Amino acid sequence: MEKVISGNYAAAYGAKLARPKFIAFYPITPQTTIVEKLADFSSSGELEAKFIPVESEHSAMAACIGAANTGVRTFTATSSQGLALMHELLFWAAGARLPIVMSNVHRALAPPTNLGADQTDSFAQRDTGWIQLECESAQEVLDSILQAYRIAEEVMLPCMVCHDAFYLSHTYEPVDIPEAELVDSYLPPYVPPFKLDSENRLTFYASSTRCPATQYEFRYHAQQAMERVPAVLRKADEHFYELFGRRYGIVEEYYLDGAELVIVAAGTMVSTVRRVVEEFRQRGERVGLLRIRMFRPFPKEEIRHLLKGVPKVAVFDRNISLGEGGILSQSIKSALYHTDQKPVVFGFIVGLCGVDITQDIVGDIVDYTLQQDTPEEDIIWTEVIR
Amino acid sequence: MTSLLAEKEKFVVPEEEYIYQGHTLCAGCSAALIIRYVLKVLGPKTICVVPACCFTLMSGRSTYGRDSQLTMPSGLRISILNCAFETAAVTASGVKAGLEAQGDYETTVLAVAGDGGTFDIGLQALSGAAERNDDIMYLCYDNEAYMNTGIQRSSATPDGCWTTTTPLPRPKQGAKKNIMEIMAAHKVPYAATATPAFPFDLMQKVSKAKQKRGTRFFHVLCPCPTGWRFSPEFSIKISRMAVESKVFPLYEIEDGEKYTITYSPRGVPVRQYLELQGRFRHLMTEQHIARIQENVDHHWERLVRQVQA
Ligand SMILES: Cc1ncc(C[n+]2csc(CCOP(=O)(O)OP(=O)(O)O)c2C)c(N)n1
Ligand SMILES: [Mg+2]
Repeated sequence: MEKVISGNYAAAYGAKLARPKFIAFYPITPQTTIVEKLADFSSSGELEAKFIPVESEHSAMAACIGAANTGVRTFTATSSQGLALMHELLFWAAGARLPIVMSNVHRALAPPTNLGADQTDSFAQRDTGWIQLECESAQEVLDSILQAYRIAEEVMLPCMVCHDAFYLSHTYEPVDIPEAELVDSYLPPYVPPFKLDSENRLTFYASSTRCPATQYEFRYHAQQAMERVPAVLRKADEHFYELFGRRYGIVEEYYLDGAELVIVAAGTMVSTVRRVVEEFRQRGERVGLLRIRMFRPFPKEEIRHLLKGVPKVAVFDRNISLGEGGILSQSIKSALYHTDQKPVVFGFIVGLCGVDITQDIVGDIVDYTLQQDTPEEDIIWTEVIR
Repeated sequence: MTSLLAEKEKFVVPEEEYIYQGHTLCAGCSAALIIRYVLKVLGPKTICVVPACCFTLMSGRSTYGRDSQLTMPSGLRISILNCAFETAAVTASGVKAGLEAQGDYETTVLAVAGDGGTFDIGLQALSGAAERNDDIMYLCYDNEAYMNTGIQRSSATPDGCWTTTTPLPRPKQGAKKNIMEIMAAHKVPYAATATPAFPFDLMQKVSKAKQKRGTRFFHVLCPCPTGWRFSPEFSIKISRMAVESKVFPLYEIEDGEKYTITYSPRGVPVRQYLELQGRFRHLMTEQHIARIQENVDHHWERLVRQVQA
């Protein structure tokens, strides 16, 4: 059934279709309409999940951890400050190998209070052990949440599905809402490999101080699980395509053939970049786009393969790791380190804190990069009043 | 005054033990005794949720197990879920909801947390669970400081007490936080105090709480030989003296309103309680003791008024 809904409602529909048994939430703009919609589904009886309106995001994640330990499918949603508050428990969820799925709406971190889109919130959580997916459209938000459960439950790691504040969270788009029965066949009930109950008499996460090697081994296994994600995602994506006719991949190639300059970007800005790339192509300029959908685990292999021999790469970061630079551009550079025929990588900071990324800005960046042999600066700030 | 303790003849103590020998808590740790009595009453259909605190050492022995699924045989004869320091109450809420979602309405989910994890860092999560009246039991074993990290003061540390972060000559200033009043203000269906020196009182309270639904809270004073500076054989004596001196009265509060004192203390001078512990050694001037005695009397009278109200 096609409906015109916001990105946030798409997240809520995705979560509902996944039939979680447990949802904990705490409100934060611009995430609120996700949980409001879920509350509507719950009170109308369309959603059976146990619902706990907790007193903080920290508690939302703790409650999901508690419930997920008993072996049920769980969901929560947050943004920005809320995600930052969860930080400690993000490590816990991943370390405990719990396939919790969470929707994160990218919003800038204070100070000052700012509701605008900014990827720093979840990119800064990149070391916590969560799989992270970046969405471009409302349809992709819905579909990715369903795929997220498939992937998370197969590798036993939590998964965060991210979309930009307002450009997507509050923008209405036509979205195909799949039939529940079809989703059920894509995503059967979760069967946990181990669970907490009063029968099995197990201790979960006993202190490992006196035998640190055990935890060391767990870390190794978690990394092994991360390394399985690309193949698992590809399979989940293909199956999704068979049933629903849509697929997204790990990364998306757009006009990469013979490209002299490839823009690397993630999130809603990708739609703007597509238009600019088309215009440059029409003028005969060989510009392409590589969209990063899977940010964690970082798709190093795909990047090496697709960017090998490309003369120039322009990375667009709507985020910054202060003291280092754009997080995506740092990751791209490190992925390319071992390849021969390395591209020259230009790292651009764009649209931080909800500043619009217009076609003009993207066009200027492309012009600049085409003219320049090497970047003048390690971090290239666009549209900043200096 | 109705005394639960007076009915002790009627109370049959279950024979079953749910605690293995050889836990790695300190000798004389009263938290181990407490959990022994509590589990006797709650029985095998219980899951313990334990945040960072000394009590995590209860499952210490199983640390040597090796299983890549992150799970190990329990140190207690029930399942234990360890959780982050400030999350005991809400993790328990999550566990309870997860079990219910699978049709298990029977299992008791019992959070066991220290005073730091309850009065301080975990208070927000506890308040949230209590306000929602989530169907959990919460036991705070109060050893009156952050013991696991080496005897640092908490908001449960009593006035005038030495700790490593309130060193002499400036011991802790100000009264201990009144956690029972905080819980009563949430109108939880049941809140009770207990100590290991009065096991029947404790077990009857647990038994009463087991019949109820919603957030049920226990504040259990747990003398700590290591942190309070006394020899392990005095744990029980000190917990008895805490009650007899009215420093730690035994009572219960139902629905935030109905107060019942469950044991009439003899009212021994507070000095006799303080004297037994190295952490108060510096306090032994008449002036100090008089001030503490005054506070204890004041709180006792207030409690008696609440019972009569
Ligand atoms: C967020 C966080 N802060 C601090 C700690 C360190 N920590 C672990 S146990 C503990 C003391 C616990 O004190 P209490 O709750 O009174 O229990 P006790 O050890 O006294 O039994 C502290 C401070 C932690 N684990 N997590
Ligand atoms: Mg303590």
